[in-house]
Amino acid sequence: MTPVLQTRNLSKRFGGFFASKDVSLSIEPGARHALIGPNGAGKTTLINLLTGFLEPSAGEVFLKGEDVTRLAQHQRVKRGLVRTFQINRLFAEMTVLESVTLSVCERLGLGWSWWRPVGDHTAAIDEAAELLATLRLLDVAHEQTRSLAYGRQRMIEIALALAARPQVLLLDEPAAGVPTDESRELFETIAQLPRDVTIVLIEHDMDLVFRFAERISVLVGGALLTEDVPEVIAKDRRVREVYLGEALDG
Amino acid sequence: MTPAKLDLSPLRRAAAWRPAEYAFWLLPVAAFFLFPKSLALLSQIAITALFCLSLDLILGYAGIVSLGHAAFFGLGAYAAGLMAKYGWGDPLLGLAGAAVMAAAAGFLTSFLVLRGTDLTRLMVTLGVSMMLYEAANKLTDFTGGVDGLQGVDIQPVLGMFSFDLYGKTAYWYSVAILFVMFWLARRLVHSPFGLSLRGIRQNVGRMPAIGAPVNARLVAAYTIGAAYAGIAGALLTQTTQFVSLDVMAFSRSAELLLILVLGGTGSLYGALIGTMVFMAAHHFLSDINPQYWQFWLGAALVLIVLFARDGIMGLLRKLSTRARTSS
Amino acid sequence: MTIIFDGLAAGMLLFLISVGLSVTLGLMNFVNLAHGAFAMLGGYTCALLLSRLGVPFLLAVPAAAATAALAGVILERTLYRRLYAATHLDQVLFSIGLIFMAISTAHYFFGATQQPIVLPEFLKGQINLPGLDVGIYRLFLIGVGLVLAAGLQWMVSHTNFGAQLRAAVDNPRAARGLGINVDRVFTLTFALGSGLAGLGGALGIEMLGLDPGFPVKYIVYFLIVVAVGGSGNIKGSLLAALMLGVFDVAGKYYLPQVGAFVIYAVMVVMLIVRPQGLFGRSAAK
Repeated sequence: MTPVLQTRNLSKRFGGFFASKDVSLSIEPGARHALIGPNGAGKTTLINLLTGFLEPSAGEVFLKGEDVTRLAQHQRVKRGLVRTFQINRLFAEMTVLESVTLSVCERLGLGWSWWRPVGDHTAAIDEAAELLATLRLLDVAHEQTRSLAYGRQRMIEIALALAARPQVLLLDEPAAGVPTDESRELFETIAQLPRDVTIVLIEHDMDLVFRFAERISVLVGGALLTEDVPEVIAKDRRVREVYLGEALDG
Repeated sequence: MTPAKLDLSPLRRAAAWRPAEYAFWLLPVAAFFLFPKSLALLSQIAITALFCLSLDLILGYAGIVSLGHAAFFGLGAYAAGLMAKYGWGDPLLGLAGAAVMAAAAGFLTSFLVLRGTDLTRLMVTLGVSMMLYEAANKLTDFTGGVDGLQGVDIQPVLGMFSFDLYGKTAYWYSVAILFVMFWLARRLVHSPFGLSLRGIRQNVGRMPAIGAPVNARLVAAYTIGAAYAGIAGALLTQTTQFVSLDVMAFSRSAELLLILVLGGTGSLYGALIGTMVFMAAHHFLSDINPQYWQFWLGAALVLIVLFARDGIMGLLRKLSTRARTSS
Repeated sequence: MTIIFDGLAAGMLLFLISVGLSVTLGLMNFVNLAHGAFAMLGGYTCALLLSRLGVPFLLAVPAAAATAALAGVILERTLYRRLYAATHLDQVLFSIGLIFMAISTAHYFFGATQQPIVLPEFLKGQINLPGLDVGIYRLFLIGVGLVLAAGLQWMVSHTNFGAQLRAAVDNPRAARGLGINVDRVFTLTFALGSGLAGLGGALGIEMLGLDPGFPVKYIVYFLIVVAVGGSGNIKGSLLAALMLGVFDVAGKYYLPQVGAFVIYAVMVVMLIVRPQGLFGRSAAK
């Protein structure tokens, strides 16, 4: 099977410092793939490179076999590669329904339509409302985003990405800053996403990672240390050292 | 399949005209009968309102700060003036020419304001407008320089209504154009395109991640804003049959920014109401003493920034929520 | 040659006035368009002391600088401080408000006309060299400018206050962490910047003129100095101001039909090509 997302020797250098170093990654369609590693291992940098948020110093990114290394962020989104952010990037003054409708409209290619009001694009609004129902956000649909609790805002972060109908969804610490009980709920929602959405996840909570992921890549110092199924990773001596070492330092 | 539980009408009907809006647009009609001697001032208000609307589109909706918006106003004013001077005196043709001219300039300079921080944008827009001002100042054969452009001969509107001494035609013409342009802007801000502009202003970093080409949208918004400003400039030329160099002056850009902030950015009616309040206050206070007016204007600006950032529209919104919660 | 000399003198004045703006922009990221108002305040104080009270020139000029510095401290403490965290647009609006108030106040007290200035005898006249006529006052301006630039540079690189200032410009948060009182540093810097502007305004009456429109008339020049010199950069501001002074005077002399157009064009191009300024951004350099 062709990998849905693939990188070849992807590197990013800031001055003399490698934030990503020779990362060659291959992700199968439908995968539940986790990226782990200590702080500063270059996990977010890798997502930034994959999505076009950063330009790589060297290497290539392939999406469904197509070289997308030179494509802008929004062009990759159009091809089905969508991300969420570690720190919320939401539309504070819009209602929840408006925000998600905005994202749906962009996907439907309505972003340039300027004559009919948003309210007349019923298909987009219905789709947004459906998505809110799936994510249990219906009760706050007409609330302003900024008025919501952080846990709910985190859910909107995901809703905006899902509205773009991703084929590959990159989740950058989706549960960061969310209380434990709510983060379980959040992960249940993610786990229920259909298999035609490939998911790549960055997460610090190892419990969650080992319950959710079917493959795990370990990053250290910007480079790929190893990649395998969770059972093997859990027993890997080098991985334990990396995490123990961090625990001792911290 | 629509989720039955949720009432979607708040979003579905967001663009519907409200009673207060119909009432608002009766004001220009009422003003015509109430102040028949002040039609020149009232036309000025309509023209400035259109100009302010154009800044609101780029600042209030797309979030592009500008200290040089008068550049496009001035280009439109000169374009319409020169067309009329050299024989194309049809008003609507003049408006179209001015719009095209200003839009072209807006499109070209938009690439300068795409990159960079607010500070760079402020300085670049200021710099571009100063360049155009200097150009207009020096190209005296063409623009008349500091003496202004003379010999602007405007034909009757639609070949029927000639511009009269009392300014009746000028007034109705200005109000009609303002209304049509407002109506178009209102459609635009309520459309998916308008929603995407609000998205850019509220979180420019998220927009590419939901698939929106941010730069292209900003170029479009800036170009549209420039065209609006150009039309406003052309209206001024046509209703006064003269172009003075100060159509491009820095003070016009600064004053416009102030009017918009007074009214409230990001609200079309804020732009209109801000203009009405400002121009009326200007008219009455500067009659007493121009320096007095400027001082209190400055003080008002300082106070608005410190205490009432949402302007008059913000105040109105607060009052209406309070009225609703107390009843 | 005379033109270059005039240009250098004008450049020195621009430097004195703009350096404060450059540092406040670099230090607190505050866009203070009203900076020219402090120069105007210095100018009017000086003119008033000279003509109404008969204070000698060499005393009136420092007094003008002190008045502007004092006004700077008061406004920083009461108003500017509230807007450090605000957006650039808010800061611009706020400072435009201050400009309007300053202009109308000046207008109220002094009228719209240019303020005349009578220089003391020893600064009048010219030195005539073969092929070169140098106004003594121009020479005086260049001398004062150089001394002050050197003094500022020395202060920034050799004094304790200078070290704190550099640290605060480079990274305010880290500087706070090191126990530097960034607020106090900024108040002092603001006062110093306003004082220098006042000095420039006082010394500049003869060359730049003085009327209520002063803060707006030269606003673009101050911004160009900052844009080209790099915000927070003393040496960069000096070089940028001198270049601007020479180009401006020479341009008006040789190419009057092009006028200030070229200067604005240079600023726009600079901002696009090198947003950090020609000389980079750091108070240390």
